Amino acid sequence: MNMPMIGALPEGKNEFALYVEGLTVAFNGFVAVNDLNLYVEKGETRVVIGPNGAGKTTVLDLICGRTKASSGSIRFKDIELTAMSEHQIVRAGVGRKFQTPSIYETLTVRENLEVSFPRGRTVFGALAFRLTADVVARVEEVAEQIFLSTHLHRPAELLSHGQKQWLEIGMLLMQAPELMMLDEPVAGMSVSEREKTAELLNHIGKDRSMIVIEHDMEFARHIADKVTVLHQGQVLAEGSMDHVQNDPRVIEVYLGH
Amino acid sequence: MSSFYKNVLGALEGLIGLGILAALVFAVFPLTLDVFRLNLVGKYLSYAFVAIGLVMCWGYGGILSLGQGVFFGLGGYCMAMFLKLEASTPQATAIQSTPGIPDFMDWNQLTALPLFWEPFKSFVFTLLAIPLIPALLALVLGAAMFKRRVGEVYFAIVTQAVALILSVLIIGQQGYTGGVNGITDLKTLLGWDIRSDSARVLLYFVNGALLFSCILFGKFLLSSKLGKLLMAMRDKEERVRFSGYDVANFKVFIFVVAAIFSAIGGAMFTLQVGFMSPSFVGIVPSIEMVIFAAVGGRLSLLGAVYGTLIVNFGKSYFSETFPEVWLFLMGGLFIAVVMAFPNGLAGIYKDYVRPRLALHRGRTVREAL
Repeated sequence: MNMPMIGALPEGKNEFALYVEGLTVAFNGFVAVNDLNLYVEKGETRVVIGPNGAGKTTVLDLICGRTKASSGSIRFKDIELTAMSEHQIVRAGVGRKFQTPSIYETLTVRENLEVSFPRGRTVFGALAFRLTADVVARVEEVAEQIFLSTHLHRPAELLSHGQKQWLEIGMLLMQAPELMMLDEPVAGMSVSEREKTAELLNHIGKDRSMIVIEHDMEFARHIADKVTVLHQGQVLAEGSMDHVQNDPRVIEVYLGH
Repeated sequence: MSSFYKNVLGALEGLIGLGILAALVFAVFPLTLDVFRLNLVGKYLSYAFVAIGLVMCWGYGGILSLGQGVFFGLGGYCMAMFLKLEASTPQATAIQSTPGIPDFMDWNQLTALPLFWEPFKSFVFTLLAIPLIPALLALVLGAAMFKRRVGEVYFAIVTQAVALILSVLIIGQQGYTGGVNGITDLKTLLGWDIRSDSARVLLYFVNGALLFSCILFGKFLLSSKLGKLLMAMRDKEERVRFSGYDVANFKVFIFVVAAIFSAIGGAMFTLQVGFMSPSFVGIVPSIEMVIFAAVGGRLSLLGAVYGTLIVNFGKSYFSETFPEVWLFLMGGLFIAVVMAFPNGLAGIYKDYVRPRLALHRGRTVREAL
């Protein structure tokens, strides 16, 4: 067998923001993620694709601490994340967007962004928190980026589905994470919203590493530096979009049966 | 200062709301009611502490506690123990086989004051114990459950179990607690006769002042970022957690605050009514207190006070006028309110009264132009 080493640590590259090594998780005997290796460079936008049940969302859950790994290691900026709780991982600089828009419906767009500002995160910190000029400026800057400047006073429940997705991205941006993980950010969006989102992600991806789960191949091509194909909890192929799309095993998985 | 006015007090509307309630509590009731009725209102207002605590932890924080009577009772019992010891001087209890201990202990063949009663000889200790003992219990309960992410329904059930356990414990340990009768015959506070008319009026005002302090403190909490986070947690707890907050700490905090409010109410209840008994600790009173908050509107601190007053007025009116069927009438009232106005009285104001006020104001402004 002359298999290329997939998911092995590439050499002579930039520094990595995220090292995932030997990551395994099993739910009642079902192995959802199996000995996975994944390395994301600083400033890289990595798109993760794969058929349903490939373990894409589970990988994000593992990185952000929502699911605990059975074994393996996740290191971010030389910090081991596997033993940390969710809020500690966020404070270390990892942001996570959920698949369905997860926003605070009863608060206004402005309040949604304000409570996401990374200051006053303890009980007494929150009591002492004041909306200083820098917070207001940051809220307005982020609102501009996510196309919601004119909606700041609206209750978030009145936003369209696409706007809710943007708002959640904005809530992550408030925290200025060094690694941002997005689970199907354009699901349910119109064509024009998709284009704007691609533009937004390309822009915010300049300053940070991103991992994006996506089903839409065209969208993935627009934003990806590199693509990882997951299949049955393992890396099936990795490389440029063209490379993975022409990989016979990827074609087999997607079209084979 | 202006942001305090706008955010904490709720600008003109909030100030008027506070002003109306203050006028009712501090002027209308004292001027129109005799001392007996005023004392009754004072008793109701001591339940309002529990209701405003529930607005904060249930209405805003989404944590339904069906055991707030526990904290009300602990606050009340702390005060009652102090008063009982003061009333049990060796002279006053000379006919007992062991003079100098509370009468119910003597009846239960106790010959010495139990150790845990000793500190309640000190008034300073009692004043500290009233908020701190319930706070400690809420902290332990809250930390044990919220850190483990026990769900809302399970939390409600556990709090109910705690209410049951405490009332059973109090009733069972008659010699130490006064049993089902509670701690009765409380006479003086530091030598001051709390059963005199003048004392009752003064205690009514102290109670009112404490209630307003708690309301203002509650408004301050809810207007801070912490208040927004509570609402955010109620909507999407995961999102708050993944925004870098330790959700459990916030829940524990608001649960502790609600417990302290309840305890202050309990202590004021004991002072005004002159006794404390397990019938204010168990499941039924705990659920009644949730009803006060629900009728008033679980998202409104002032609404909770009105809800408490109205339900209790209704209770005493119906029970005096229709002694056979009053419970059914009360039940009917609750069902009607919850079915027709899920956000309680405050919801009626918000949905029906406020839009009309705004309309009216708009019209007068137009006419002025």
